[in-house]
Amino acid sequence: MTVTVRLPGSLRDSVGGETKVQATGATLADVLADIEARHPGFRARVLDDAGSIRSYVNVYVGDADARSSGGLAMAVPDGSEVMVIPAMAGGR
Amino acid sequence: MVLDAEQRQDLSGRTLLDATSGNTGVAIALVGAVRGHRVLLCMPDKVSVERRRIAAAFGARITLTDPLAGSDGAILAARQLANDPAFVYLDQYSNPANPLAHEESTGPELWAQTGGRITHLVGGVGTSGTIVGLSRALRPKGVHIVAVQPDAALHGIEGWKHMASAIRPALWDESVADEHRIVNTDDAILMARRLAREEGIFSGPSGGGAVAAAVQVAREQGGVVVALLADGGERYLSTPMWE
Repeated sequence: MTVTVRLPGSLRDSVGGETKVQATGATLADVLADIEARHPGFRARVLDDAGSIRSYVNVYVGDADARSSGGLAMAVPDGSEVMVIPAMAGGR
Repeated sequence: MVLDAEQRQDLSGRTLLDATSGNTGVAIALVGAVRGHRVLLCMPDKVSVERRRIAAAFGARITLTDPLAGSDGAILAARQLANDPAFVYLDQYSNPANPLAHEESTGPELWAQTGGRITHLVGGVGTSGTIVGLSRALRPKGVHIVAVQPDAALHGIEGWKHMASAIRPALWDESVADEHRIVNTDDAILMARRLAREEGIFSGPSGGGAVAAAVQVAREQGGVVVALLADGGERYLSTPMWE
């Protein structure tokens, strides 16, 4: 399964300056592991010490919020788009 | 900012416009409702829905911007719309009426409410209007000003800006603070939870962050340390913060 992962500017430095990366995996966990293999440290920006999606990060697969759709076990269909976005916007 | 715009410009038939992550947007929507102005707010899509819904309840229209671009994306969208004379761009990040309100109201209130005993003021930096205005009001009286920012570009302290990675507000001037500190999101949320459970204060992440920094300041320096909590916890009930 190949998917496109879109990232906010605030995570750009963790993947070599890009805001869009290709990744493979059947689940969200696999996709994050695939990016981590190429960009060590990336996963820790998105997941907390317990391995859960950080409370201030939202991850969408298509239009579905991963937090309410199975979490990291959520299936990621081939060709889908994964978005990692700040849950808070910053600035009033 | 709205009253200032009324004094300076003819607002008839025009729409107040600003970029906001939500809380100022709610305030503009409320004041717009009371003063009879139409309001359009640019907000990042997919952030917590409470503020969007509250602003809409006050009659504001909302334009959702690229969630990946965060509040900076909302700013860029508002700047583009501001070219249309149908809009009055309040521009909270650059508007001198923003710090002036804190200089003339919040600062004297804090001085009066502490009986002039305040020694330290701890506040987060978002537009920076609050800390800039409070510094003007309180620093001449000898109050030590502590400005607090999130520790990283990707953070969850709504309303605050990580200046090194964000569009820098024109209002921001580091020299208004005697001291700069950083707080990470986990510590801010933990303190917000403590405030609710131990003090009965239902704050957002920025309130927790301000108190977390204020506790450090109080431990290290003592004095009458005031932290400004400019957000409410109920606006984050749809997020994992309170789970």
